[in-house]
Amino acid sequence: MKNAPSIEEQKEIHYKMVLTRRLEETLGDLVKAGKTRGPLHRCDGQEAVGVAACAALTIKDYACTTHRGHHVYIGKGMDPRRIIAEIMGRETGYCKGRGGHMLLGDVSTGMLGGNAIVGAGIPAATGMAMSIQLLKQDRVAMAVFGDGAAQTGICHESMNIAGLWKLPVIFLLENNQYGLTVRQEVQSPIPDLYTRAAGYGMPGEVVDGNDAVAVYRVVAKAAERARRGEGPTLIEAKTYRMAGFSTSDMGGYQTEEEMKPWLKRDPIKLSAAVLAKLIGKDEITEIDKAATEEMKQAFEVALADPLPKFEIHAPSSAYSEATQ
Amino acid sequence: MTMMRYAEALNAALREEMQRDPAVFMFGEDIGRYGGVFKVSKGLMDEFGEERIRDTPISEQSMTAMAVSAAMTGTRPILEIMFADFMPLTLDALVNQASVFSYLWEDQVEIPFVLRTQGGGGAGTGAQHAKTLDALVAHVPGIKVVAPVTPADAKGLLKSAIRDSQPVVILEHKLLYNMRGEVPDGVDELVPIGKAKIVKPGNDITILATSKMVLEAEAAAKQLEKDGIDAEVIDLRSLRPLDIGAIKTSVAKTNHAVVVNEGWTFGGYSAELSATIMDHCFDDLDAPVERVAMPDMAVPYSEPLELAVLPNAEKIAAAARRALV
Repeated sequence: MKNAPSIEEQKEIHYKMVLTRRLEETLGDLVKAGKTRGPLHRCDGQEAVGVAACAALTIKDYACTTHRGHHVYIGKGMDPRRIIAEIMGRETGYCKGRGGHMLLGDVSTGMLGGNAIVGAGIPAATGMAMSIQLLKQDRVAMAVFGDGAAQTGICHESMNIAGLWKLPVIFLLENNQYGLTVRQEVQSPIPDLYTRAAGYGMPGEVVDGNDAVAVYRVVAKAAERARRGEGPTLIEAKTYRMAGFSTSDMGGYQTEEEMKPWLKRDPIKLSAAVLAKLIGKDEITEIDKAATEEMKQAFEVALADPLPKFEIHAPSSAYSEATQ
Repeated sequence: MTMMRYAEALNAALREEMQRDPAVFMFGEDIGRYGGVFKVSKGLMDEFGEERIRDTPISEQSMTAMAVSAAMTGTRPILEIMFADFMPLTLDALVNQASVFSYLWEDQVEIPFVLRTQGGGGAGTGAQHAKTLDALVAHVPGIKVVAPVTPADAKGLLKSAIRDSQPVVILEHKLLYNMRGEVPDGVDELVPIGKAKIVKPGNDITILATSKMVLEAEAAAKQLEKDGIDAEVIDLRSLRPLDIGAIKTSVAKTNHAVVVNEGWTFGGYSAELSATIMDHCFDDLDAPVERVAMPDMAVPYSEPLELAVLPNAEKIAAAARRALV
């Protein structure tokens, strides 16, 4: 495997980033129209992290993500129509409407879960890597988690075990600067979280999380290392959360001054500028159009899908025989 | 049949299942080179190697969550948590991961994960190493909980747990490891999860007990016999799923019930049993259900203090007499 994406791969990454952005924007419109249930956590501005990291893996590799994981769902190759169906609580969703937008899972693409317990994806990927090691499989596992999750006790336990046992896992720390409303410097005494890797006997890498090609390269390198049996890597991707914590966020703590430079460095704009030099602006416009059209159609189909019917879940029952 | 100790029966179950299925492996603190604090995994590292019998750092939270995701991806992990008192550290993985995803991703994954632990008082281990805490795990949908008392049930239930497609917590008791008993031979001798066992049939009162309390209930039944009271003692074996059929049949016959559990009283497993009997057997009852459980306080250390809080045969017999007044 090589460490840089081909032009075809870069086009696909760009396509999936646009797909993700259109997903977030359309969901935002549906929230405003009062057509969604519960909170939604948009990943606008972080698309390059999830999409490009998954592009550096194969479909056999496992990934898990956070409550803000739409870019990882799309990156790993999940079907937009079934993602939307789950978010809209439909029978055709990945969890038949049981899960909602934070808890999607799809074994067929190796996407073993969004997770709404902050930090829970870190031991999850570590456990998958333990399975891979025991079964001697040609696979890696990747946890995408945030700067908030990096402060949990379970993060320390998991990284220590992964380093100790040289597990084939990639810890992709998506530093979007905020844990809900609290800035990263109020949560950690150090600005560069990747430096913690030294304490676990693994390499620590830092990357511009808004640069898709850079993310791809660093994840590909970590995946190669894991496949060689050399163990885990901690990667810190510096990025920025552009659309607030969730749809219930009243805002007011992310200042315009702070956001301005990040908006200029929107990962989709950066990707378009890089790709323009390789394939020309016209083809990028075509990619944007095609992604926008695919997402539009996915919403049309998913929104017409049926709602699920409730059934008691027998395997969860407290009794070993049915009670009336 | 082979006569063996409870710890040896568990060890035999682990060995046989690991020989039978290469996807089975075990990890936990001090389980490898040392063979486990209670010697349940003695000799297994020599036979199966350091990959499949893993000594670990002290990281219960992460290890339990790792076991859940490992189980989803093709292996059958067995995790030993040294004391049931450490179970609070495992709860996010059980409550928010295993329980949730066994429902949400039902069509996509199985979670064949076994958590072995041991609890209970009477050994002078103090407040942080003597609790039962079975109610904490039996509360969680999608998690099975078993508590064997005899060596035969220890082996048969652990084997069933390892072969189950759902997470199973097996609650052992520190004072049972040296108990001896006849164990059926044969790799496929299983004890089904969800089936209670009548250990002493009787007609006058039903005594439902869990784990080591079954032995106390049997001793209580002998005391009651002297007073002409014919008690039926039921070893529930499986705390979840609960064998409601066995309870209904017995209470319909005796019209009286005592429930015995070593955990705390308020919100404890005895409270659930009591409520279950009221829900399903109300019309059969001639008297209120009597509960024998631990008082709602930390387990004290000094012998007279610890013995005072533990349920025992005398307390159970007294409760049965109250119910039959």
